[in-house]
Parts: sequence; structure tokens; C-alpha cells
Amino acid sequence: MENAGQKSVLKRKVALIGNPNSGKSTLFNALTGLNQRTGNFPGVTVDKKTALVRKQFGKQEVEFSYIDLPGTYSLYAKSMDEEVATNVLVDKSNPDFPDLVLIVADATSLKRSLFLAGQIIDLNLPCVLALNMMDDAQKAGISIDVQRLSNRLGIPVVPVSARNKTGLEELEQVLSEHNELPAYRFLDAASISWPAVNLVLKSFAAENIKEYPALYKAHQLFATDEKWREQLADAGFSPNTAQAEESLLRYGVIARHLEACVGKATGNAGFTQKIDRWITHKVWGYVIFLLIMLAVFQSIFYLAEYPMSWIESGFAWIQELILTSFPEGVLTDLIVNGLLAGLSGVVIFIPQIALLFFFIAMLEDSGYMARVSFIMDKLMRKIGLHGRSVIPLISGMACAVPAIMGTRTISNWKERIITIMVTPLMSCSARLPVYTLLISLVIPDKMVGGIFHLQGLVLMGMYVLGFVTAIAAAWVMNKIIKGKGRSWFIMELPVYRMPKWSNVFYLIYEKVKIFLVDAGKVILAVAVVLWFMVSFGPGDEFKQNQSRISEMEDVLENRVDFTSDKYNDHEFRDQLIYMDSLKADSINAALSILNSRQLELSYAGRLGKIIEPAIAPLGYDWKIGISLITSLAAREVFVGTMATIYGAGDDENIVPIRERMAVEKHADSGLPVYSFATAVSLLIFYAFALQCISTIAIVKRETKSWKWPAIQFTFMGALAWVASFITYQLLK
Amino acid sequence: MKADKLTSLRPGEKAIIHSLDDAEISVKLLEMGCTPGEEVTLEKVAPLGDPIAVRIAGYLLSMRLSEAETVTIRKVASN
Repeated sequence: MENAGQKSVLKRKVALIGNPNSGKSTLFNALTGLNQRTGNFPGVTVDKKTALVRKQFGKQEVEFSYIDLPGTYSLYAKSMDEEVATNVLVDKSNPDFPDLVLIVADATSLKRSLFLAGQIIDLNLPCVLALNMMDDAQKAGISIDVQRLSNRLGIPVVPVSARNKTGLEELEQVLSEHNELPAYRFLDAASISWPAVNLVLKSFAAENIKEYPALYKAHQLFATDEKWREQLADAGFSPNTAQAEESLLRYGVIARHLEACVGKATGNAGFTQKIDRWITHKVWGYVIFLLIMLAVFQSIFYLAEYPMSWIESGFAWIQELILTSFPEGVLTDLIVNGLLAGLSGVVIFIPQIALLFFFIAMLEDSGYMARVSFIMDKLMRKIGLHGRSVIPLISGMACAVPAIMGTRTISNWKERIITIMVTPLMSCSARLPVYTLLISLVIPDKMVGGIFHLQGLVLMGMYVLGFVTAIAAAWVMNKIIKGKGRSWFIMELPVYRMPKWSNVFYLIYEKVKIFLVDAGKVILAVAVVLWFMVSFGPGDEFKQNQSRISEMEDVLENRVDFTSDKYNDHEFRDQLIYMDSLKADSINAALSILNSRQLELSYAGRLGKIIEPAIAPLGYDWKIGISLITSLAAREVFVGTMATIYGAGDDENIVPIRERMAVEKHADSGLPVYSFATAVSLLIFYAFALQCISTIAIVKRETKSWKWPAIQFTFMGALAWVASFITYQLLK
Repeated sequence: MKADKLTSLRPGEKAIIHSLDDAEISVKLLEMGCTPGEEVTLEKVAPLGDPIAVRIAGYLLSMRLSEAETVTIRKVASN
């Protein structure tokens, strides 16, 4: 029944390229919807967004394979993102090399858009120009003669509005059938560095390339090939001069096109100007910024709490269900306390990630983000960061994971790395339970100066400490880390627009997926390892203790059923119930001692004892050592571990844990374990140490190497150790 | 008509770009449409005095003072 001729699907690889803010992503979203997936470009930290879309055109079915290239102003890459865009287009052996390039141009800023368009045309690839934001252009009084522009450029030009989804069908129709190379070149490249271009043309005669691709190749060879660099330099080639010359010539050509095709607008940027008077005002600008950040931060902090507690109770429900319906054993324990606990630790981050990217998308899409960078750049530059680092840093006060995912917008590699490295120093919400427990343990519950709560002041101090350390660390790293490429602030301040909801949605969808898939694996693996370490131990003593626990649990479970008819004397039955509860209490008390002993005998407990000499100078015993190890899953696990070690309460209620910790004494000296010095030293340790596997996993994901998370873990650990050591030695 | 740096403009003041003096920065500026002969208006200065934003080719372009320092302009005589 094979009938190849009739049913053949035409495959078209289409690459989208365009300026930042040209609405390229909106167009990509409109063309692809939920078909898009995020992958990696090999070897770089830039995400690759692709999508397969099937469309029927008459009798012909076409399968579009779209790829969204990072936004760029030019083919000459200034950042890693831009390099990706150009690599795909100039290398025919690249698996992503397209059949057709879709150039997205902003009709309201045609001049700059045509600059990139001209370069693509000159690469001599089949291409189509989508004239986006035509509705905005018309509103601003810009009239464009589309047919004439198409004739002059020698490629199809399709007016669209990605936001309103108009012109998309016409565009897809053209994309499905257009195969021709541009009718003519945009620029006569032969006038630029001719001797060098000629040299390349002759050397690559077999590839039969044109002048401009040869010139572009000369740039690439000059940058990457030692031998060629000499030859090209001998031919009088200088990259900067050649680029400058090319830009000038291009704008000359563009000016003539614009004159012929565009009706001059009566310059109407009034709305944006009016808002900008407030947004970039020397006082109100910062007030507005602080208010917005306060709103964002508070929302993440408080709104996320509801879905997070639903997720927690949902998982608790499933865990309970499995515990009661499956036979007891290692496998059940692995599923419930290893896998499900780990999975819950992954899923729990989704609300915070979704909320933060909801705000980031709104701020970015509306044009506000560029203004924040504009008013903060000078401050941030002093410590080696960029204006764009502000939002991730502040978001780090809620959670470092989405904050680090938000550093994508920083294009300079060094600035981005420093931002990623210092963001986990900001006090995140997972530290709060630890701080609360320790502060309530040793800081007196009293008022200072009549209005300030002393415990509250100390808590605020911890936040300030995190912030100041992050700034100081950035300053130091700026001196140490060597930069790749120069830091720029030559960027567009886009006009204000209403954020597009579908763009906001797609960004959240993309980020949550990245976190679940890429970081989730690592977090789950570590959760299982930690489960193993607390559930198993070396030697017979562990096994003996374990069987004692289960025997004791059997006794606890073999309770009398007092509802049976046998107990008709109700008064006596109540006495029996009371006695039964006394029995249960005493077994529970014995059980918590055994459970604590169990943890001590486990691999985690052994490890706690092994590291004790290393943490003794900080004022910690091996029990605290265990908590430091289990806290790797997440800092707040500290509280739960304390509860298990001291067999007191649970992590929902800290009062019994605190009371138990307060009376804990050193076996040899009889002095309290949680002295003021030890507790403060622990506070400092939790402020600095990178005890968060999720952060480690996401830093690995974002930097695409284990190098940076390793450096980060080491430097933050060293900082924590030294600072806690000094604190303890001074206070004891 | 006298040659000045782009940094010497006051807010609202117009000028014509004359030349770009730093090879590396000029490449970036040219791509963004800052070509000699183009008219620029200083639209705003960040609250801390740096960076600045100029209107050029119909859009708002921001740059640091160190970058603006490399742009030579000729001021348009105000009437």
C-alpha cells in the first residue's frame, strides 16, 4: 500500500533570525505553539529552541522544522549568543543549517532591522523577510511600500503582526514554497578589503562562494587561524576597519531603500517619553524600582507558599498511601523516603520558578527591564557586574534557583558568571527555618529601644550579611576572573508595550521544563544517595538496632481494639484506653531513642563522626555534622534532622526541638552543646555554605560544566568554615 | 560648528555624528545605526550620571559615558 508519490511530506528547515526586541520570539511562539522544545547548542550555554510543525497546503503537506536563533544586531558576534546565530547560518555542514532563513524585521525600526537583513541576503541563502509590528508602524504613521521593498531587496517581504497573529497564513505559504536565492546582492562587498577577499576566493574556489561570504570567511579565518591571520594581514586586512567600512556602506544602501519605500513618520514616541520621565527619574526611578522589587519579592515569598504546601501535602498523601498499601521493606522505603522525597524536593521549586519568571517576563516584555539596567548600571559596574545583574541578585532573596536561571539576559560571560557565583550568598527562603530555630534558641526574646524585637533584628542582620557578602564576593571575583570579551552597554531601550500573555506563558513553561528535566535528575540522584546514607549502616550493630526498632514497632501496632462489643463496661474501658496510651507513650519514647541511635549508626552518622575533627573548631559535635550532611538536600532539612537526632517533635513544630536542643550537654564536660557561640557559628555557617543541591544542579545546567559549581561549592564552603571558626573562637 | 564629544551634549540638545574614534567600539556603534552624518539627540542621563540614552534613527540607544566618549559630534546651532 506504499504510495510514495502521493503522500510525500515536504520538509523545510526554517531558521528565525532578527534583532532583540523585533518580536522574533513572539513570531516563533505564534508559528509553533506548544510544539517547541528546548535543547542545547553543542559546547555553549545557549539554549536551542526548535519546533516541528506540520501544515497542509492544498494537496501538499509540509513539515516545518523551525529553529529560533538568539537575537542579534549583526552577523559579527559580540557574545556567545550571537555566535550561535551566525555559526548556524555560515556553516553548511552544521546539522541546523536551514533551507530557508526567516528574517524578522521590526517595521517601526526598519533601518536597523535592514542592517542584519542585508547581511543575511549577502550570505546568499534563500530568505524571506517578515515585516513584523506592521500595526504599530501604521499607528506611528510609518507607511511602508511592501511590494517595492520586496522588489528592491530581491526577496519576498511579508507584512505580519505576530502579536495579533495577522499575516501568518500568508507567511507560512511563502515559507512552504520559496526556494530561490536572493535576486541580487545587497552590498558590493568587492570594494571592501579586496586583496584579502580575493585571497579567500581563490583559496576556496572549489566552494564557489561569492564576495561577501568570502569577506565573512576572512573575518572568521583571521579570528581562528594563525596562518591565515598572517596572510590576511599581509593583504592589508584589518577586521575592525573592514567591519566599520561594511557598516557604513550598508547604511548607505539602507538609506536609499528607505527613501524609496518608507513614508516618513511624524516621530511619535510621546507615550514612552512620558513614562520614562518617572521610571528613570533620579528619585522616583529608584522608588518605583524598589516598590516593584518589593512587590515581586513579597509575591514570590508569600504566594508561592500556598502551592508549595499543596505539593508537600500531596506528596505526603501519596507517601502515606504507599506505606499503608505496600508491604514494609527496603523497596517501599526507597520509593517513599528516597525517590518520592527527592521528587518532592524537585517539584517544590516549581511555584517559585513559575512566579519569578512570570515577573521577569512581564518586566522584560514591557520594556521596564532595560530601564532597570539603565539606572543601576553604574552601581553594579563598580563591583564587576552589569545593570542586568540586579534582578537575579534580588530574586536570590527568595530562591537562588530561578534567580540563576534568570541570568540569561546578561550577555557578557564574565558578568554573568560573577552574578551566578554570588547569588546563592543572598539569604534565600530555605535558610529561614534554620535561622528561626537557631535564633529562637540563643537570642533572648526581648525588645530593644522599645520598638525593635531583638530576634527580628538578628534575622534582618542575617539578610544584610548575605547581601553585603555577595557584593564583596563579586568585587573580589571581578579582580580574579579573567573576562572574555568587552562589557557593553550599547543597547536599545525599547518602547513600552503591554506584555504579551502567551510569551509570558511560554517562558514559564520553558523554564519549568528545563529545571525539571536537567536539574531534576541531579537532585533526585543526590536524594537517593542521602536516603541510602541514613537508611543503611556498616556492621551488625546497625542491623541489630534496626530489628529492635521493627520489633518495637510491632508491639506498638498490636493494640487492642476497644470498639468491640466485649467492652461493655464503659468506665472500665476508658481506664483500659488510658493504660494503653501510657504503654504507647513509653514505647514511643524508647523508639525515638532507638531512631536517634539508628541515625548515629548509619553511614551518615559515621560520616558525621569522621568529619567531627574538622568541625570541632567551629563548635560543632558529630550530631551537628550529620545535619550539615543531610542539609545538602536542602537547608531546611536541618530542622528535620535535628528532630530525628534528638527524637523530639517533627519539623512542623520547632518548640519541642528547641527545648530538647537547649538542654543538650556535652558528654565529657557537661557544658551545653548549643552555647551562644555554637549557635551563632552555625548561623554564620548556614549563611555562607552552599548547602543546596538544587543550586549546584542549576549552576551546572546554566554554565554547562561541573567546573563552576565545584568552584562555587568550594569557595562558599571555605568562607563558611573560616567565618564560623572566627565567630566561634571569638565568642566562646 | 565645532567638534565635541557626544558626552558634552545637554539633555534635549541635538548634534550630528562626525566620527567614531575607537576601532572596537565604533564597530558596535555603526551596527546600531550610529553612522557619521546621522542626527543624535541626548534624550536622558541615568540618575547617577552614567549611562546616557540618545535618540538616533528613530529609537532610543543607551551607552556608557566611556562609550559615548569615543563619538565625535558637531553640535547643531540652536537657531
